[in-house]
Amino acid sequence: MALVNTTKGEMDDSLLEKKEGFVDNDDEYTTWVEYWLDGELVHRSVHVQLKKSVVLSAATASFE
Amino acid sequence: MSLTQGATNSFKVGLASGDFSFDSLVDTSYKIALYTGNANLGPDTTAYTTTGEASGGSYVAGGATLTITQIPTLGNQTGSTAAAYWSFANVTWTGAITARGALIYKDLGGGSTASVCVLDFGSDKTSVNTFVVQFPTSAYNTAILRIA
Repeated sequence: MALVNTTKGEMDDSLLEKKEGFVDNDDEYTTWVEYWLDGELVHRSVHVQLKKSVVLSAATASFE
Repeated sequence: MSLTQGATNSFKVGLASGDFSFDSLVDTSYKIALYTGNANLGPDTTAYTTTGEASGGSYVAGGATLTITQIPTLGNQTGSTAAAYWSFANVTWTGAITARGALIYKDLGGGSTASVCVLDFGSDKTSVNTFVVQFPTSAYNTAILRIA
């Protein structure tokens, strides 16, 4: 038994329907958790894990 | 409207000109602002903008302060494959937020800002309770900001 922070306040998770999902591609690994109460979405957490770096390339000219 | 991930052009000049420094773990001048798909952010973005900025929950205009967790350091120190990298702590907001991407920027004070880079989440991400942005592992080949 655990309490879930919902739009209706703290609720026992046994009263809720839990749905989970994820998106996994080259750019991101995103997970989400939803809790539903009688067909109403009362909690949704999203965790966006970025995968891509911002890379600056340091270049030097060549002498010929 | 679009978000194009990458370092901004003004950051490239500013970094070479000494306008940016990431070498202090207590520097609180770097921020991350969230944006919806209505934003237009990319290489030519020079500063923080409110256009297309996300809202809702605990999010406030201007975004959140970033904590530097890794000051610039050299990784994979083997000749030309070495890379300098640095990174930030993950950021969490609460409440209902929808965001498509983010802008990291430097708060220069007095209302002035200077862009660093644009992050594209790939698609809209929506929370009702918790919205977490987790940066890539801080390493020479994965960190969010690198010079190779």
